[in-house]
Amino acid sequence: MKVVVCVKQIPDPAIPGELVPETGTLNRDDKLILDESDSYGVEMALQLAEAAGGGQVSLVSMAPRSETSGLRTALAMGADDAVLISDDALAGSDALGTAKVLGAAIAGLEADLVLAGVESSDGYTGTVPEMIAGVMGLPSITFAKQIEIADGVASVQRQTEAGYDQVECTLPAVVSVTAGVVEPRYPSFKGIMAAKKKPVDSKDLAALGIDAAAVGVAGARQETVEVTDAPEREAGEIITDEGDAHANIVEFLTELKVI
Amino acid sequence: MTLAQILLFAEGDADGPSGLTLELATKARTLAGTVTAFAPAHGEAMAAELGAHGVSTVYALEGLGDGLVGVHAAAALVGHIDATSPDAVFFGQTTDGRDTAARLAVLADRPVSTNNVGAEVVDGGLVTEEPIFGGTQNIFTAYRAPAPALAMFRPKSFEAEPSGGGAAAVESVAAVDAGEAGRAKVTGRHAEERSGPQLDDAAVVVSGGRGLGQPEAYSMVDELAGLLGAASGASRAIVDAGWVPYAKQVGQTGKVVKPSVYIACGISGATQHLVGMKGSKNIVAINKDPEAPIFGVADLGIVGDVHKVMPALIEALKSR
Repeated sequence: MKVVVCVKQIPDPAIPGELVPETGTLNRDDKLILDESDSYGVEMALQLAEAAGGGQVSLVSMAPRSETSGLRTALAMGADDAVLISDDALAGSDALGTAKVLGAAIAGLEADLVLAGVESSDGYTGTVPEMIAGVMGLPSITFAKQIEIADGVASVQRQTEAGYDQVECTLPAVVSVTAGVVEPRYPSFKGIMAAKKKPVDSKDLAALGIDAAAVGVAGARQETVEVTDAPEREAGEIITDEGDAHANIVEFLTELKVI
Repeated sequence: MTLAQILLFAEGDADGPSGLTLELATKARTLAGTVTAFAPAHGEAMAAELGAHGVSTVYALEGLGDGLVGVHAAAALVGHIDATSPDAVFFGQTTDGRDTAARLAVLADRPVSTNNVGAEVVDGGLVTEEPIFGGTQNIFTAYRAPAPALAMFRPKSFEAEPSGGGAAAVESVAAVDAGEAGRAKVTGRHAEERSGPQLDDAAVVVSGGRGLGQPEAYSMVDELAGLLGAASGASRAIVDAGWVPYAKQVGQTGKVVKPSVYIACGISGATQHLVGMKGSKNIVAINKDPEAPIFGVADLGIVGDVHKVMPALIEALKSR
């Protein structure tokens, strides 16, 4: 079984983000790391390949400056190889532009299953996996909390507002994985060393046959007209508990007529 | 200046439209002369309330059966949009809303504006407002692709208010073959048991986070919620850790809540969480770290150990 996992390399969420003033898009000039949301997709792929008695797990990522540090993290977890699409014309791409690029890259890989995180931690549109399926003409099951593969059929528990739906689909298909459904493994020292030698196939837009006008800021066809600071809440009362702070909460709730 | 027509992607069940759908209908009628709705299911059941919120016609998709909503709704929407020429299509930021908007974006080759909390019409075009960096800033974006503009909105961005209109007319829309992309089938639907006040619309919410230390300590959150007639919620950290189900998650990837009182217990206040609860009218926070970001939004902050403050609070409420 061949599983392709989409991974995004994002600015470190621990460092406050900033916008590129000209485009209103997120500044990605600093080092990028593997989005934690995607570590669940990688882990799920590794577990499904293991359950199938072996298989290939390939990564696909689109990133500026041929960034590979996040890819190396996923390779160290156990993925076999990666395709990296990097091109200056991609800066400012929106979800649809990203899906066009990832879809074109995945189309050449003959995947049985395409996995992705439900949404990235920086853009969180939650639309890219479904768009990739649309671009590739594949069925998709989003918001998966459990996946089983048997006899070429994916059985998926898809999270809904009410609970979950059981969904069945013959492969190939795109499935997006919600965070927290598996425990992403920590790369071992051996894995980290091996990852340095795993193949990363770098491609640009021309190699995928995509017109630069269809992606990037131009392809996004949306214009940032204003960025404003949100009104801050007024500072409240902060009390250090000396054993009786619960009384302050009771008083507060009484004033609000909650009790 | 307003738009001529906004098409609303209407979600709900046999009891009527979802709260989010009515919020969007209310907003849409301030932006457009005509508001219509496309319902992938339950079109008839939603007609009365949608009409009461300003929708003139509900276009009800026939024959969805056991297919997934996104791919089939999008396949039918392409032709429907060609036939009815709306200026914008509004979606709620839900699982099916996201799927449908994303599929439609590919079929119609248009961008989707996502995570919005506001919208206005400027120079005849749609401008949407999205909170970024944990809601510390808002970014306003003009849609520059050909109409219709596709826009998705977060729950609780607008207040739902009836307009006093009669029931909307219902017209059937025939299903369109989605081809191989439509071959996934729903074989069973499972609703999680829910009791007590619902997180979405409870007047009081008590939430727990990593500061509780261990899964068993979440029982204090449930007990406190019970005493206050509140719904219980959680931070993403303890949902990801498997302590409580996803249905309890409050935040960017979970539910957006705006109760009268929100009590955060052992929650540090990561951006991801603040986005989902900082619209609450009053916020109480209990956390042992005085530097925790949650204190930046709290009206009453208690710097202390949840394992001491919560039991004392529970005892005090019980003895009243």
